[in-house]
Amino acid sequence: MTYKRKDLLGMKDLTKEEILYLLETAQKFTEINERDVKKVPTLKGKTVINLFFEPSTRTRTSFEIAGKRLSADTINFTASSSSTTKGETLIDTVKNMEAMKSDIFVVRHSYSGAVKYIAEHTDAKIINAGDGLNEHPTQALLDMLTIRQSKGRLEGLEVAIIGDITHSRVARSDVWAMTKLGVNVRLFGPTTMIPKHSHVFGCRVCKSMNEAVEGADVIIMLRIQRERQGKLLIPSTKEYAKYFGLTKDKLALAKPDALVMHPGPINRGVELMSNVADSDNSGVLKQVTNGVAVRMAALYILGIGNNKGGIDENAS
Amino acid sequence: MKTLLKNCKIVNHDKVTEGNILIDGEIIASVTASADEKADKVIDCKGKYAVPGLIDLHVHFRDPGLEYKEDITSGAKAAVAGGVTAVCPMANTKPVNDNRIITEYMIKKAQADGLIDLFPIGAMTKGMEGEELTEMGDMSEGGAVGFSDDGKPVCSAEVFRRAAEYASQFGSFVISHAEDKSLAGAGVIHEGEVSAITGLKGIPSECEEVMVARDILMSKLTGAHVHICHISSKGTLDLIKWAKSMGYNVTCEVTPHHFTLTEQELLTYDTNCKMNPPLRAQEDVDALIEGLRNGDIDCIVTDHAPHHPDEKAQEFDLAPFGITGLQTMLPLSLALVEKGVIDMPTFVRLTSYNPARLIKKTDRGEIAVGKLADIAIVDAELEYVFDLSLNKSKSVNTPYMGKKLKGAALYTIKSGKVVFEFPLN
Amino acid sequence: MSAKEIMSKEEMARTLNRMVFQILEAIKTEDGFCLVGIRRGGAVLAKRMADILAKEGKKDIKIGYLDITLYRDDLTSIHDYPVLQSTEIDFDITGRNIVLVDDVIYTGRTIRAALDALIDYGRPKKILLAAFIDRGHRELPIQPDFTGKTVPTSRNEIVDVQLEEQAGCDCILINKKA
Repeated sequence: MTYKRKDLLGMKDLTKEEILYLLETAQKFTEINERDVKKVPTLKGKTVINLFFEPSTRTRTSFEIAGKRLSADTINFTASSSSTTKGETLIDTVKNMEAMKSDIFVVRHSYSGAVKYIAEHTDAKIINAGDGLNEHPTQALLDMLTIRQSKGRLEGLEVAIIGDITHSRVARSDVWAMTKLGVNVRLFGPTTMIPKHSHVFGCRVCKSMNEAVEGADVIIMLRIQRERQGKLLIPSTKEYAKYFGLTKDKLALAKPDALVMHPGPINRGVELMSNVADSDNSGVLKQVTNGVAVRMAALYILGIGNNKGGIDENAS
Repeated sequence: MKTLLKNCKIVNHDKVTEGNILIDGEIIASVTASADEKADKVIDCKGKYAVPGLIDLHVHFRDPGLEYKEDITSGAKAAVAGGVTAVCPMANTKPVNDNRIITEYMIKKAQADGLIDLFPIGAMTKGMEGEELTEMGDMSEGGAVGFSDDGKPVCSAEVFRRAAEYASQFGSFVISHAEDKSLAGAGVIHEGEVSAITGLKGIPSECEEVMVARDILMSKLTGAHVHICHISSKGTLDLIKWAKSMGYNVTCEVTPHHFTLTEQELLTYDTNCKMNPPLRAQEDVDALIEGLRNGDIDCIVTDHAPHHPDEKAQEFDLAPFGITGLQTMLPLSLALVEKGVIDMPTFVRLTSYNPARLIKKTDRGEIAVGKLADIAIVDAELEYVFDLSLNKSKSVNTPYMGKKLKGAALYTIKSGKVVFEFPLN
Repeated sequence: MSAKEIMSKEEMARTLNRMVFQILEAIKTEDGFCLVGIRRGGAVLAKRMADILAKEGKKDIKIGYLDITLYRDDLTSIHDYPVLQSTEIDFDITGRNIVLVDDVIYTGRTIRAALDALIDYGRPKKILLAAFIDRGHRELPIQPDFTGKTVPTSRNEIVDVQLEEQAGCDCILINKKA
């Protein structure tokens, strides 16, 4: 099992083996986060730049912690998505950062495809921390790691993803990765938030909340962002909560030990009711914990990866 | 000056004949000349087609105002390199071509270069703001051959109605860039499988179709000639078929990229495949090809839309819409001939005969005695890589850059003068 | 590539037995000691040592396993991606005597990494090193406290410790590098 790519851009193009390798490696890193001394010298001397063209605190913090626990020098660079505001193109911004001899860029951008575009124009390694509506690969990995820890497996599980599928990079990454690993994914949300051509996902698109949660092993509730996705898609958060939110009653239709997940931050009382978010079924904080391990794994795999030189097999 | 084109396969909209074309000055003197006819210049065209110079009803030459992308001279060079001898530049220049002065500026600049004829499309409304009509009478007199707010569709049905009505009074017509901007939203590619996969925002086909339907009905209401430009979907073609069956005065055009490429190109987020209307699904491409074959589609145009490399080298959402096309129209259209979808006379009908009639330039579009000697000598078998050395436009925003193409104009003759010769090593 | 056997199954068993008694002899303090094997070969040998100790009635010897991949100083020049093994030390090492076990000591860099790793888990009273094979060519000032066998080698040779648990048989071979 190896991962030979320069970048981690998304789940769509990865093989099942590459995804499993990332998960295995992430699982190993969970141990470091439980220690008293949560630091290994692995990426000492490497520079990781968190290049965020879209505001984010938790993902950026998670990557920052991950980098620091691997002893990399982690620098945050926040810029505007709109290149016109500074008069500098995206690639110029990246090349400037690269010229400072950075090794890895963790990039978030509000436009789909922008991170891939950066990766094609730099020799530095790129980790996609979310691009537009396209992908958020480390979120998919931490979701799967959390599920696997909870259920002991992935194959054959029934996973429901509920919310704004059209505008969710989390949903896309989850769908691409999970379907490759034999998970049965079902999608549900307001009709205005399900792509017209959702058949490309190869998932069951449910017609009701009941159908979506019934017998599910895992329920992933997506964050609803009314202010961002336009007020045309749902009339009110109150109505959203009523028809698309996860309540105790709805949860009762799922398997008794169903795992409830959410990429965060949660809108309590909208997509997720507090008594569900705080219940024993909730894996939300476990996801956050696993997020660090997943990002350490990603930084480690890309950070040490090069094809120069050979291993001294007997260097004992 | 006399030029003899020997041993041509002369293609017209209705037939292919073998013969020798004698050009006297600017005019075709004979298509049945003897091979030994005395001439100042003789070109042996054995095995090659002689087709009427292509007439492209839809280009953007960015002149005046945006000459860093293209100007009339560079645009004309790209045109003749693609066998095109007449073009209709759209009005979205800076300032907008909404008055006779700009119309005449364009025409004169092209005349001074002497490469092509340029027949401007004037703006339908002042400043393309969709509110007040332009002086269509005066502009027509100045040389504008049609009117359109291309790129900025006229939202108001009333304004569109009045523009169509008014243009018809001067023997002109209106060209509709059919797009409901409210439905297009922030879309950047076709709303379909690929938009679902890539997370790029979609523009549904219905966004075009709903406006096509409106503009067809405006033609019905007014009796005026409405030309629907760069159609991209099966649904649009169905509406046009219906309009034609009802006898409404509606025509339409399609670009080579819309009948050649699909949304699948966008899986790589290539901004050189970002155009408006967007590349659609395979079923749309199939329908458009059928429309070309059966005559539902009146002509092939390029929608040549040059943009500076810096503008295309951006985040996909920020990059402007449009690709260049003047030098790829010929090979991409000939590909339909090679596939057996259309024959050579149909090719001529779509690329010169019909366009000439749409803009009422009956002195061209045919290789016949007395017609203007605008002729492209086409080698349909020539294979080459379309690279920077061949590219004549100031811009390079085409998905065909670096690609292998088949079929090219070996010679382009404008008003009896050879204005382009393909660089065969 | 011709392989030469330098130690048989029986010799290996005898040697390991001797090492265990040397360790017992050396660490006579009341607080005893713990074994920490370096993955992968050292971990197997540490486990076998614990088994021998158990037979001798010392059943309460704690044993841990250390993966030093993340502490290596040659990570970025490694050709392929090393597979991370897990570290399993489920006891507090602070204040304890630790016997670090590895199969082969060569440059000393693995031990350097292991010492760094161990110290991240706590502050042991003392760390001793048991190496089954010492093949020389040290690049760091590190010497084993207990050695199974000293084998003179050249740098273009590979010492291949095959263990039943991993390779299916016990033997030690010397190969010439290809």
